[in-house]
Amino acid sequence: MAGSFGAGPVPDSADVVVIGGGVVGCAIARALSRYELSVLVIERSPDVATGTSKANSGILHAGFDAEPGTWKARLNVQGARLYAELSEGLGIPRKATGSLVVAKDAAQMETVADLRHRGIDNGVPGLEIWSREQVLAHEPNISPEVAGALWAPTGAIVCPFLATVGFAENAIRNSVRIVTECAVTGLDVADRQIVAVNTTRGRVATRFVVNAAGLHSGEIARLAGDDSFTIKPRRGEYILFDRSVGKLVNTVLFPTPDKVSKGILVSPTVHGNVFIGPDATEIDDPEDKETTAGGLAGIIAGARRIMPTLPLGTAITEFAGLRAAAGKDFVIGPSPVARGLVHAAGIQSPGLTSAPAIGEVMVEVLQDVGLRLRQKASFVPVNPAKPRFHEMDRATQAELIAADPLFGRVICRCETITEAEIVAAILSPCGARTVDGVKRRVRAGAGRCQGGFCGPRVTAILARELGIPVTSVRKDSADSWLFMSRADLEAGEGVHA
Amino acid sequence: MRELSYDVVTIGGGPAGMAAALAAREAGAERVLIIERDRELGGILQQCIHNGFGLRRFEEELTGPGYAHRYIEMVKATDIDVWLDTTVLAAEPGGVITSVSPHAGMTVVRAKSVVYSMGCRERTRGAIRTPGSRPAGVFTAGAAQRMVNMEGYLPGKEVVIVGSGDIGLIMARRMTFEGAKVKAVFEIMPYSNGLTRNIVQCLEDFDIPLYLGHSVTAIHGKDRVTGVTVSKVNDRLEVIEDTAFDVSCDCVLLSVGLIPENELGRAAGLALDPITSGARVDQFRQTSIPGFFAAGNVLHVHDLVDWVSEEAAIAGRSAARHARGELPALGSERSVTAGEGLRTVVPQRLSAFEPGKMSTHFYFRAAKPMGASVLQFWADGVLAFERKLRVVKPSEMIVADIPVRKIGDASTLEFLVVPAPEKIEAEDEIEEEA
Repeated sequence: MAGSFGAGPVPDSADVVVIGGGVVGCAIARALSRYELSVLVIERSPDVATGTSKANSGILHAGFDAEPGTWKARLNVQGARLYAELSEGLGIPRKATGSLVVAKDAAQMETVADLRHRGIDNGVPGLEIWSREQVLAHEPNISPEVAGALWAPTGAIVCPFLATVGFAENAIRNSVRIVTECAVTGLDVADRQIVAVNTTRGRVATRFVVNAAGLHSGEIARLAGDDSFTIKPRRGEYILFDRSVGKLVNTVLFPTPDKVSKGILVSPTVHGNVFIGPDATEIDDPEDKETTAGGLAGIIAGARRIMPTLPLGTAITEFAGLRAAAGKDFVIGPSPVARGLVHAAGIQSPGLTSAPAIGEVMVEVLQDVGLRLRQKASFVPVNPAKPRFHEMDRATQAELIAADPLFGRVICRCETITEAEIVAAILSPCGARTVDGVKRRVRAGAGRCQGGFCGPRVTAILARELGIPVTSVRKDSADSWLFMSRADLEAGEGVHA
Repeated sequence: MRELSYDVVTIGGGPAGMAAALAAREAGAERVLIIERDRELGGILQQCIHNGFGLRRFEEELTGPGYAHRYIEMVKATDIDVWLDTTVLAAEPGGVITSVSPHAGMTVVRAKSVVYSMGCRERTRGAIRTPGSRPAGVFTAGAAQRMVNMEGYLPGKEVVIVGSGDIGLIMARRMTFEGAKVKAVFEIMPYSNGLTRNIVQCLEDFDIPLYLGHSVTAIHGKDRVTGVTVSKVNDRLEVIEDTAFDVSCDCVLLSVGLIPENELGRAAGLALDPITSGARVDQFRQTSIPGFFAAGNVLHVHDLVDWVSEEAAIAGRSAARHARGELPALGSERSVTAGEGLRTVVPQRLSAFEPGKMSTHFYFRAAKPMGASVLQFWADGVLAFERKLRVVKPSEMIVADIPVRKIGDASTLEFLVVPAPEKIEAEDEIEEEA
């Protein structure tokens, strides 16, 4: 079976069906693609990474937070190590910035010392307690009230979209099929054994189902009569600042944590921006991604405690993300109800960091419930490198244009993204289908003008490359149409085919 | 990689770039080049299909493309080179410009003088931190204008406009013409940021309500916009509790300000004016980088294109003189200050005047709306010049021609706008020297 990506029909059968095309589902699919198996990923949205995976802190945690012995503790440290090995080959932007947990008084210094011991128990390498002077030398803009910090050299930052796309693309290159705009409507269980997945695009016979449905993983479990866990969505709001203030902070800055959360961070991103956030608000609606005036004010106040002068005038966007919390630890393992159904659920922080390790452990879990594995001789572990025009020197840029003239047309001027890169992002095995899909892959529209200039142009390129009318181009979700024709308006239509 | 030499290069082929290039050529620059990233000249004018352009410059009322066409024809009639579909990646001090295009690849141009004329961009939702969800259907007014007027697609059928900048007002009328329902314009300030004629011709003539002192506090919708929440604000622009109401819509257009597009300048170490977000220039429109000039909306956001053309011609003539080595070297400039009642002044500094120069133009933006007022020019603490203004609005630029003899050798130069003494019956823009 050749790999594929898109809103096509589902196959009649598959050896393994992974429900959810987030970073966890895609990392699992990629781990499974090492073996001679037909693997199908089902994703509700038109793209991968549209839920929790698209709106989070983008941090590879060192792993000192989790209680020793938990899934979180084990998978975090292992995941951070896997990213260090895999990122380059999969085209995942990653920067080894290190991280600091900033303490402001003696009590917080004690907490920080405790974190160091916990980290050592978890196997986190290189943890050090830094003095006030060491912190200030590393982070000159930090609050002068700093008392010291925990330095974690293995803390890093990553692009969460491209992490997901990197895993997905590699899975597809190794024969995984990802069917998008496909919602699961039921799980057929016969004699306590999973036998099929019913979807809005048809029925797939299978004996192994991986539940990586993120915020909806509780609902998926219940489709098989499994109510062993419940997902509580927790919303976090963020403010992202322009690259022009990228030098504000050099490393990931955490405040000393309290019981509820890791607190409001100030952090660089792999693309050179700075963000602050997230807060943590428990909500009921797993789709409620509204930012709030109170929430934004709260994260500004929180961030100011470690970074007193915030460049609020350079904010380019605000967004909210939802974490799928199910108690204190991840829910990893077989369903207690339906044989063949295995869960990778409740993947809250450090879920992004843990994802590649979750992929590996889920292979073991599936093996434990009876999946037979045979190594695939043709497995290709890497994705071909994609040229990033703005990162190249002038001579290489000139060569790129000589080879493909579309490198000579800059579409997104804020981030210097060329038409060739946008076309490649659309035509790639895990190609963009939406305007936000282009933005997340190559950053056209992710800069200070937020697509004000390139948005209409990216829309036109998507229509051209996908062979669809402009009125069918969407922002991100299935029904997020952007433009209507004059005829639509006259006919009183608001939505079009 | 091609390498070429020019006397004067304008980066941008909109109204400022064309006017600067033409003026440079007329002033004797022999090799003049316009670099434009779009596939035609004209810049933002090409999507401004409404009329109201050119009353001052051509003494007739033109559309945006009509105004652009006049300049395009003038450029065509010269030997000015025009590179379309070409993006400048860097313009380094010394005049080394690196550009790329699909047809010519990478090119390095060595220019004796460079005119920044890249225009401006729109402020975004992120910049004003409007809370809520992030559905499809939220556009800056200019992006929507491009889709409607140039591509022929509509951004929605029930429209709410946030901010009362001119593009938003123009789009209120355009969307009404297209058959959409424009429900309201919400402006957080107690006054509009658009030209009076646009308030009248784009809103009042179509019974579109303008809510002053109202802020959109949330945008709703999961896939597509479904509505906004609006509240009244107090005089500190804080939301007044219990004044919130919801308006349903499927489209939100933002017209909340324009920002000069100065990224090339920033990368080259250009000194910027924090208020205009444009370069600090002298009366020649020369920036802090020798041989680099600035004109149009990249220098400061203008209200009328006629002023852009006029000011860009100054920059173009100066660029030609610099290319010939006739412009005095930078240094020993005097600062010009926007004082009470004013928010911006351009130029922000004065270099030595050339012999025989009679007067020089200053452009201002007011800090707040005022009735009958007096623009005052103080040189070394002495009131040297006054001009009556019938009315003052932040949305409308104030332009004044100050005689060089009034400036003299003074070292502190300050402009103010103060209320007119009541006994004076202020009339429309009577100039009167003190």
